[in-house]
Amino acid sequence: MSGPNTNYDPVEVSALDPANVDAAVQDAISAITAASSLDDLKAARIAHQGEKSPLALANREIGALPPSAKAEAGKRVGQARGRVGQALAARQAELEAERDERILVDERVDVTVPALRREPGSRHPIDLVAQRLVDAFVGMGWEVAEGPELESEWLNFDALNLGPDHPARQMQDTFFLDPVDSGLVLRTQTSPVQIRTMLEKEPPIYVVAPGKVFRTDDLDATHTPVFHQIECLAIDKGLTMAHLRGALDAFVRIMFGEETRTRVRANYFPFTEPSMETDFLCFACHGEETWGSAEPCRTCGGSGWIELGGSGMVNRKVLRTCGIDPDVYSGFAFGLGIERALQLRHGVQGMHDIVEGDVRFSQQFGMGV
Amino acid sequence: MRMPLSWLAEYTDLAPGVRGADVAASLVRVGLEEEDLHGGDITGPLVVGRVLSFELEPQKNGKTIRWCTVDVGRNGQMLAEGKHQEIVCGAHNFEVGDLVVCVLPGAVLPGGFEIAARKTYGHVSNGMICAEDEIGLGHDHEGIIVLSRLLGEEKAATLQPGDDAIALLGLGEETVETNVTPDRGYCFSVRGLAREYWHAQGSPEGGYRDPADVATPRHGAGGYAVELKDDSPIDGNEGCDRYVARIVRGIDPTRPSPAWMGKRLTQMGMRPISLAVDVTNYVMLAVGQPLHAFDVDTLSGSIVVRRARAGETLTTLDDVERTLSPEDLLITDGGEQALAIAGVMGGASSEVSDTTTDVLIEAAHFDPTTVARSSRRHRLITEASKRFERGVDPRVTAAAAQLAVDLLVEHGGGTVDDAVTDVDRTTDRTAYLLDVTEPARIVGVDYPRERVVGILRDLGCVVEESGEGTDETHVLVTPPSWRPDLVDAPDYAEEVARIDGYNNIPSITPTPSDGRGLTHGQKARRVVADALAGAGLTEVLSYPFVSEELADQLMLAADDDRRHAVRLANPLSEERPLLRTSILASLVDTLRRNVARGRKDVAIYELGLVFRPGGAVGTAPVPGVATRPDAETLEELYAAVPAQPRRAGMLATGQAEQAGWWGPGRAADWSDMVAAVQTVAAALAVPVVVANDPGHAPWHPGRCARISLADGTLVGHAGELHPKVVAALDLPARTVAAEFDVDVLVVASAEPVQARPFSTFPPAMTDIALLVASDVAAADVEAALRSGAGDWLESVVLFDVYEGERIESDHRSLAYRLTFRAPDRTLTTDEVNGFRDAAVASATSATGAVQR
Ligand SMILES: [Zn+2]
Repeated sequence: MSGPNTNYDPVEVSALDPANVDAAVQDAISAITAASSLDDLKAARIAHQGEKSPLALANREIGALPPSAKAEAGKRVGQARGRVGQALAARQAELEAERDERILVDERVDVTVPALRREPGSRHPIDLVAQRLVDAFVGMGWEVAEGPELESEWLNFDALNLGPDHPARQMQDTFFLDPVDSGLVLRTQTSPVQIRTMLEKEPPIYVVAPGKVFRTDDLDATHTPVFHQIECLAIDKGLTMAHLRGALDAFVRIMFGEETRTRVRANYFPFTEPSMETDFLCFACHGEETWGSAEPCRTCGGSGWIELGGSGMVNRKVLRTCGIDPDVYSGFAFGLGIERALQLRHGVQGMHDIVEGDVRFSQQFGMGV
Repeated sequence: MRMPLSWLAEYTDLAPGVRGADVAASLVRVGLEEEDLHGGDITGPLVVGRVLSFELEPQKNGKTIRWCTVDVGRNGQMLAEGKHQEIVCGAHNFEVGDLVVCVLPGAVLPGGFEIAARKTYGHVSNGMICAEDEIGLGHDHEGIIVLSRLLGEEKAATLQPGDDAIALLGLGEETVETNVTPDRGYCFSVRGLAREYWHAQGSPEGGYRDPADVATPRHGAGGYAVELKDDSPIDGNEGCDRYVARIVRGIDPTRPSPAWMGKRLTQMGMRPISLAVDVTNYVMLAVGQPLHAFDVDTLSGSIVVRRARAGETLTTLDDVERTLSPEDLLITDGGEQALAIAGVMGGASSEVSDTTTDVLIEAAHFDPTTVARSSRRHRLITEASKRFERGVDPRVTAAAAQLAVDLLVEHGGGTVDDAVTDVDRTTDRTAYLLDVTEPARIVGVDYPRERVVGILRDLGCVVEESGEGTDETHVLVTPPSWRPDLVDAPDYAEEVARIDGYNNIPSITPTPSDGRGLTHGQKARRVVADALAGAGLTEVLSYPFVSEELADQLMLAADDDRRHAVRLANPLSEERPLLRTSILASLVDTLRRNVARGRKDVAIYELGLVFRPGGAVGTAPVPGVATRPDAETLEELYAAVPAQPRRAGMLATGQAEQAGWWGPGRAADWSDMVAAVQTVAAALAVPVVVANDPGHAPWHPGRCARISLADGTLVGHAGELHPKVVAALDLPARTVAAEFDVDVLVVASAEPVQARPFSTFPPAMTDIALLVASDVAAADVEAALRSGAGDWLESVVLFDVYEGERIESDHRSLAYRLTFRAPDRTLTTDEVNGFRDAAVASATSATGAVQR
């Protein structure tokens, strides 16, 4: 650019005149400022920074100047070109930012249109409720025990102190297998799992047994022939009803919140002696008695308390049947229906939705509750 | 068991103003669950009325009604008009001048039945003249109540029109109903319930009056002959160990039961029948001893209690002829003619009738097991059998007979025979040496010795503090005769805890020390369930009961193991007597239900047990329970329980992916099912192999994948259902399904995954197109490619499948991308080409594939 100018014509040196240089800069900045697009700016760059631009031409003139003038002219032109360059860069950045901004605006879509091409799946809440209880007990150091649904009568009844003539054995409406003398039934309770556990494992035993059970009830709002129970069994040295109560309290808090209060009373179950029935304070009405009022509490029916389920200290006869010395070990057991827990905790009305398999029911619960 | 408050008040002290709900709450505190509250549900005006006149008015329907004018005293709602109450009545069993019970407009009868003046038979009837059943007094609807007959002339003479009939008839009184648990047979009596109520009040001194505390005569000569001849006792227990027979002669059979007795029986939910029957029922309700009344004139010999003979029959009171079992205990006439099934039901032949004047009252103590078995065998649950099988107080027998005799004499006008039969072979309970610290050890409450002893004495136990074995911590306890359930320390501990109050038991969280968390299987099952839900399926539950036709509908082969189903002896529905042998067997119902409810796109799954006896069901042993069964018996017991593998089943129909702004949807097809199983396997990090399976029901023979482990173990099947199965089960066309054995995947995933190192050098990719015959499985081609490609093969992806005009017919073009990577260097093109050629050569030799 600054090579010797062989065709130097001194008449033309006005290009280096400070006024002309300033004018060229002003022209350039006007053009740059006026550029409203990156294309405009490109044109301005060519016009004012390109090889044929006035400042480029002026620069070329410098070489022809006498050495004494070169320095000053060079400085002047250099500064001028610097100003133009800065202006170009600044405008370039502005216009690029505007363009980027515009692209984002142009690319805007309506993200509220449906995004799920495939409906998400879900778990059945019966399993989820059981899982929740199981996890809490496992967290406290308990283990999970399981057993078959088709079970021997001996494990389902006799070993649980429900001999063939026991009145309570008649209270449970049992599905018997054909032939009836096969000694097999669909288990009416998850308790045979406890017997299996005690037969197979040395104390200490702390197990929770969730599972499906069967009774010959027709499906209605409160009954279903196939339902689910969860039972807890603890066998150890020195366990008392106070420990039973502690475990029950833990159970209730897991399901219905930390503030839930319980009350206990005597009852009878062949598997346990002493036996205990537990109620917990209704979480809907907080225990207010609404019996006989115009609108009794729908959750507890008005008593202010909700029955949790049966429990007690494992009957010594049962321990002996399982080969556990009742003079060394004691234990407790309790259980409840999972359907009922689900109904209470999640406001499920009636039994039909739980058992009928309408996907709309499960889908409300997602993958965890 | 019901109990009217007035009856309770006879045996205990009731605080004034105590309501039914309070009594129920007290009983709940001592462990008797509330069942219901009855009575107290009539609101007035229900008044005494005197029939002043009536006109007979025949109606078009053939009936004749009575248009009555009734004086209802100051309650007369027509007095302002200067008239007595005008009421239409359909009954004819009254006369002018009779006192009747009138319900007037504004009253509410049981069941919320509101009374208003209403137009009927051409008149405005200002109320109703009541029959017994209409006011919850009894079940009689033969005619209206005439008070002189219901209450007696004497009582009726004291009544005035307008008197409140609610109080008069005890209709305002509440009756508490409690649920009696099998261990508390004594609570099947007002005597027992009153005792428990008294305990709930803290057993105040003198606050309980035992109705059985009456003087009873001793057995003497000349009484009716009774022989107890049980020659085959059950478990060594004699069928009858006490038999009291008392005879009342000369009863006037026309004398009705007193009104108060009828009222009480009605309140208890029983129907008054005749004096003799009502008395036996009343005494049973009072003291818990079932009684039987025989007509003496129908008896010819001594009463012999014996077991039935094979083939013997008896027509019971319900007019059913019953064939007896040698285990049934019978009351017989002279050892021959059966009169009754002991403790269950009497026979028709010796029944008291409306001409019976001489009655033999039987009060006996029968063995609970004997009665329970007879009751079950003959499907006869009676008031007597309920009590005997739970245990009747063997010391109340004579008192109950005495109470019955007294009532018969008082109200029937008879005289009682002086000679009394009381064959008593009962033995005294032996004392139990109780460690008084044991209740504390069992319950976890520190009961002092005096508290334990005090409570047991209140309960009726005899507690001896001196004698064999007693010391500062041991006492001898003999339980009361009505508590056969009190046997050992836990029984006494429960009594102490319940009387002291269960709510005094503290709450201590137990602290197990060696829990190992969930087992691998339990965790793996959650992974399966979550993976299927994650794959877009919804978990459901189905009942495992299936029909006999289902095996054919599923096109199961004759020798298919899934045809061996367990059969229920008492299915809920005869249509579905079998238990499922696959999940799909019951899951199809759930799919159909969803579709029937208008849902087009359904993808569901269920995890559960199926029942695979694999043949005829065996017989499970029933060992004793006194000790742990021996190892061999336990083995036999476990082995008798049919196999119940845990399986997962899936069904889908409709769109797998929805249509939307992105374009059309995609119907669920066989591949979704294969993918779901693969997703589950991948979630458990178990490699599986897919093969075409043309012969597995209920799938489409050309669209069924057999999925197995690398070692060939079957995992399950997936694909499209056979069109005939779809038609037979009325499923939507092209329904797709999968079922797999969860346990197989659980076992396969049990070992910890061993990580393989992977290379960080760049991959080299090469694509090939292979022409193969259409019947060659892609999985086989891929396997051959893998086996030939060498150690540095990283992946094989089938990215295109072409069938069509551009290639030979009956052939497919399979386009694969092979990716290679060496662990230690970048592979050269020559090396990669060499691997590729080796892979192709392997595919060619294994499947006849030709590179295009
Ligand atoms: Zn409530």
